[in-house]
Amino acid sequence: MKQKTKVNAEEGKQEIVITREFDLPLALLFKAYVEPDLLEQWMGTKVLKLENKKHGGWQFETTDPQGNKHRFNGVIHEFVPNQTIIRTFEMEQTPFPVQLEFLEFEKLTDDTSKLSMHIIYRSVTHRDQMLQLPFAQGINMAHNRLQDIVNREMVSKLK
Amino acid sequence: MVRYHFSCDNLIWEKTAEIFAQSDGCIYICSQIAAYMELRRDVFQAIADPTRRAIIALVALQAMTPTAIAENFDSSRQTISKHIQILTACELLSQEQQGREIYYHLNPQKLKEIADFVEPFRNMWDERFNQLESIMKKHKSNQ
Repeated sequence: MKQKTKVNAEEGKQEIVITREFDLPLALLFKAYVEPDLLEQWMGTKVLKLENKKHGGWQFETTDPQGNKHRFNGVIHEFVPNQTIIRTFEMEQTPFPVQLEFLEFEKLTDDTSKLSMHIIYRSVTHRDQMLQLPFAQGINMAHNRLQDIVNREMVSKLK
Repeated sequence: MVRYHFSCDNLIWEKTAEIFAQSDGCIYICSQIAAYMELRRDVFQAIADPTRRAIIALVALQAMTPTAIAENFDSSRQTISKHIQILTACELLSQEQQGREIYYHLNPQKLKEIADFVEPFRNMWDERFNQLESIMKKHKSNQ
């Protein structure tokens, strides 16, 4: 399958760019970012607050598989429908500093669109740490999954 | 002979020196490859242990002292300290002295060697955006 999402993280820089092309008209893609009930569905998060306007604020809450709640929040700096969202992003109760996000929405054809997320971190180290998080958590999960499969096979062999 | 070692690098140098002594060029290159495989195996063995993986996941969030790391486990402080030692020997963790305390943090350079560590990050976003696409397609046809 073609990998639709691209991450550009240049060595030694404190920024990344995530780009993705969607089989969706521009208006529908943008709607996914502004309507709380739709956002909740695709982000798998609870929307506590979402003020889609300049100087507005947002706050989301996710519950992990262990039942722990994690909150995220930020401020919206610019909101241009079907075009731009500029906002800050912060994970509450963590040592990670706030990051700045530039989201650009673009029409490709009547049925396709493109999103580019330009994220700026406080330092190169902070950027690398954020990039590593899914990896560090992933090696745990991958090994657990592997262990599950091995265990299941052992049990079925014993039967 | 079974030799327990904490150091990945020493092992490589020992192996290289051993073969270098009786070497011609080809054997030397072969030994380099063997040494590299050995190093990779060591790192993978280091992360094969569930406690060590849990330590990696912990320090990925923030640099921690050995005491703070040990508080997250039921095992003895000594056991955890041994795990930290192995992770440090394989350079997955690095030490940093801050005042009287030693802090351990994840070494991004090493992670880059064992895997493309950006890939899980990209994957996370890819899955999220796939979800967005399918939910919005359903939303569109419901309208």
